[in-house]
Amino acid sequence: MTNELVDFTLVSVALLCIGIYGLAVKRNALRMLFAVEIVINAANLNLVAFARFVPDSGGQTLALFSIAVAAAEVAVGLGLIIVAYRMYRDVDVAKFRTLRG
Amino acid sequence: MADPTFVALSVLTIASAIAALELRSLIYGAIALMGTLGGIAGFFLLLDSPFVAMFQIAVYVGSIAVLILFTVMLVRRELIFQKVEDTRRKWAGIGLMLAAMASLGAVVISSGIDAITTAEPAVDFRDIGADFLTTYWPALIMMGLVLAGAVIGAMMLARREDIENDQRTS
Repeated sequence: MTNELVDFTLVSVALLCIGIYGLAVKRNALRMLFAVEIVINAANLNLVAFARFVPDSGGQTLALFSIAVAAAEVAVGLGLIIVAYRMYRDVDVAKFRTLRG
Repeated sequence: MADPTFVALSVLTIASAIAALELRSLIYGAIALMGTLGGIAGFFLLLDSPFVAMFQIAVYVGSIAVLILFTVMLVRRELIFQKVEDTRRKWAGIGLMLAAMASLGAVVISSGIDAITTAEPAVDFRDIGADFLTTYWPALIMMGLVLAGAVIGAMMLARREDIENDQRTS
C-alpha cells in the first residue's frame, strides 16, 4: 500500500471545497443538487479512507449507511425540484418566492 | 508516495467535479457528475474496500445519476443551457473555495495524520455483513423504513392532482 492517508484526505478536502463553491454560487436547483452530491461523496471517501488506515469495519458500514441515506435524499430532492418546476416553470432558486401551493 | 493510479484518479475526480458545476449544458454536467462518482468508486477500490466500491457503482452511477439525467430531460430546453450568475458572486465563491481549501489543507497537513501508516491487512467484507446483522441491526431496519418513506414521499410530491388518469376509457 503506497498511498497514504493524507493523500486521500487532501482529495476529500478538494472535493468538499468544490461542493461548497457550487452551493454558494449556483442558482440552478439541479446544479445545487450536484454540489450536494459532491460534498456527500467527499465525506464517504473520508470515512472509507480512515476505515482502511485504522483497520476497523465500522467505517465501511457507516459509509454504506451514508450512501443509502444519500439515495433517499436525492429521490426527495428531485421530487421537490419537479414540483417547483411545475409551479414556477423554472429551476432558478431565486425565483421560488412563495410557499403557497 | 502516491502511485500513478492514484494521481490519475484524483485528476479525473476533481476535474469532472469542476466540469459538473461549470459545463454550460446540464446534461453534460450530469454525465460529468457520473465521472466524479465513478472516480470515488475507484478510490474505494484503491482503499481495498471492493464491497463499498460495488455499492457505490450500483447506487450512485447506476441509479442516482440516471435519475438525475431523466429529471434534467424533463426541464425545458432553454433552461438546460441557461446560466444565470453575476460575476462578482462567482469570484467571491472562487475566493471562498480557495480560502477553504488552503485552510483545511493546512489543518490536515499539520495535524500529523501523514504519520499514520498501516501494515495490517484490509478489513474483510464478511465483517461488514456481521456488523450489519449484529451491532447495527436497529439502524439497518430504520434505514429500510427511511428509504421506503423517502420513496413514498417523493411519489406523493411528484403526483399531479389536476389531471385525471383516464387511460382506461380512451
